[in-house]
Amino acid sequence: MSMDKATVANIARLARIRLNEDELELYAKELSGIMGWIEQLNAVDTGDAEPMSSVVERLLPERADVVTDGGIQEDVLANAPDTAHGYYVVPKVVE
Amino acid sequence: MSGLLIEGSTGTWEVVVGLEVHAQVTSNAKLFSGASAEFGAEPNSQVSLVDAAMPGMLPVINTVCVDQAVKTGLGLNAAINRTSVFARKNYFYADLPQGYQISQYEKPIVGEGVVLVDLPDGSTKEVGIERLHLEQDAGKSLHDQHPSRSYIDLNRSGVALMEIVSKPDLRSGDEAAAYLTKLRAILRYLGTCDGNMEEGSMRCDANVSVRKAGDPLGTRCEIKNVNSIRFVKQAIEYEARRQVEVIEEGGTIVQETRLFDSRQGVTRSMRSKEHAHDYRYFPDPDLLPLVLTEERIETIKASLPELPDAKKQRFMEAYGLSAYDAGVLVAEQETSGFYEQVVTSSGDAKLAANWVITELFGQLNTAGKPIAESPVSAAALGQMIARIKDGTISGRIAKDVFAEMFATGKDADAIIEEKGLRQVSDTGAIEKIIDDVIAANQDKVAEYKAGKDKLFGFFVGQTMKASQGKANPGMVNEMLKAKLG
Repeated sequence: MSMDKATVANIARLARIRLNEDELELYAKELSGIMGWIEQLNAVDTGDAEPMSSVVERLLPERADVVTDGGIQEDVLANAPDTAHGYYVVPKVVE
Repeated sequence: MSGLLIEGSTGTWEVVVGLEVHAQVTSNAKLFSGASAEFGAEPNSQVSLVDAAMPGMLPVINTVCVDQAVKTGLGLNAAINRTSVFARKNYFYADLPQGYQISQYEKPIVGEGVVLVDLPDGSTKEVGIERLHLEQDAGKSLHDQHPSRSYIDLNRSGVALMEIVSKPDLRSGDEAAAYLTKLRAILRYLGTCDGNMEEGSMRCDANVSVRKAGDPLGTRCEIKNVNSIRFVKQAIEYEARRQVEVIEEGGTIVQETRLFDSRQGVTRSMRSKEHAHDYRYFPDPDLLPLVLTEERIETIKASLPELPDAKKQRFMEAYGLSAYDAGVLVAEQETSGFYEQVVTSSGDAKLAANWVITELFGQLNTAGKPIAESPVSAAALGQMIARIKDGTISGRIAKDVFAEMFATGKDADAIIEEKGLRQVSDTGAIEKIIDDVIAANQDKVAEYKAGKDKLFGFFVGQTMKASQGKANPGMVNEMLKAKLG
C-alpha cells in the first residue's frame, strides 16, 4: 500500500505536526516503504498464534485502592507557562 | 407500546436510540495513579505526576476499579472477558495532558449483557448492553473565568470511568429515561457508581436516528453530555423531530456530534469536533493485557447484593405487593431497606407498603428530605402501624398521629397518650354517644325510617364527630344499624 500526500497531510494534522510540501513528499515515500514492510509481515498466517504483548511472561501489576499521591499542587503547576488560583491557564479553547 | 412514532408528511417515522453512559467508578484512588478520586477538592490538589502526564511516569492499574467493572458487568447479566486490553485514544485538548485517553477498544473488560427496563405503562422491555469498558476521565476546563483564557483543573484527570454502551434497542425518550433510571438503580445497588448526575458521576451521550418502520437504521447523530434524565428525554424527542423535518424537506442527515441546550430545549451542531473523529487507537504499550482469573470473578459474583429485579419479585411473592408498589419500593436501596424494617416491626407487609408509599413519601416530598433523614424511623412507623392493628387507634386517627410523629420525632405511643387519641372501643361509651346523636336528631331518624337510607352516613359522621374521631368506626356502624333498626 502506498501513502499519498493527502493521507500524510491528514495524519500530520491529527498529530499537530506542520509539514511543508517537500516534507509531505518525503514522508509519503518513507511511510509507503514502512507500509510495504508491514504488508510483508501480514502475509504470514498468524491465525493460530496468541498475540504476544511481552517477551517475558508476566501479568499486569495492580495497585491497592489507597490514596498515596496528590496534594502537590505546586509541583504539578511548576512547569506551567501560566497559572492562576491553582489552575493551569491556557489560551481560550471554546467548543 | 412506548415507542415514539412521529407522523410526518410522508408517513410514520420510528425513533431509534442507543445510549452511552459514562459512570464514575466508586473508588478511593484513580484508575492508574494513587491520587484521590474524590469530588470537589481545591483545583489541581488531587493530581499526581502520572495524572499530569509528566514524562517517564507509568500507569499502574487500581485493583478495586477492575473489580468494580467486573461487578457491574455481572449486575448487567453480561459476559466478562477473561482478557481485555487497554488502548490509547488519541486527541488533543487542553484538559487531556497525555494527548491520549487510556481506554479499551477492541477488547473491553465486559461484553454483551441485558437490562430489564420498567416502562411507564407497567410493562417491561429487555434492552441489550453492547459492552462496558474502563477508561480515564479527562480534566475540567473552565471557559467563563477570563475573557481570553481557559482555566484547567486536572483533579478529574485519570479518575476511573465505566463507559456502558447500550444496543440501539430504545424507541423513545421515555424508554431512554426508563433505561437510565434502571441502570442508575443497578449501579447504586452494586455500589459501583453513586449515580449522581449533578456532580457528573453519571453522564450520558445519546445516539439518535429515525427510520420508516421496517427500514434499515438511519444515519445517527450523537448528542453529547446530557446531564439529567429529563434532559435526555427532551433532547431525544427534539432531535428525532428535527431529523424527520430535515429528511422530509429533501435534506440528508449528516453523522455529527450535537450539543443539547437545556435552556432552549434544542440540539446544536458542534462543528469543531467534525474533523477530529480519527482517534488512531492502538494498544497502550505501558500496560499489559488485563487477565482475570475464574477465582477472582467467582469471588466478585459471591459478593453481589440482591438486585432491584430480584427484590421486586421477592416483594411481590413474599409480601403480596402489586408490581407497581414493589417497583416503587425497590427503586432505591435505602427505601427497600426501610420498608423491610417497617414490615418486621409492624408485622403487616401491606399496611407497611401503604404507609411508606403514601404517607411517608408524601411527607418527605413536602419536606424535601431524603429517606435517610426521615424524622420517623422505620421502627417508629412499624410501632404505629401495630397500634392500628391492635385497635388502639383507627386508620383515620393514625394519619394525625403520623403527621405529629413526622413534625416532632416523638413515637406513636407518646402522642396517643399525650393527646388522648386512644380509640374508644367501649360499648357503653359508644352507646351513650349514639343515644345523644339520635336524641338530638329526631327529625332525621324519622326520615331514615321512612326509607331515606342515605342518612345512615350522616349518623356515622355525627357519632364520629361527637367522639372526636376516637370511636371505633366498625363498632359505630354495627351499633347504629342495631339502634336505627
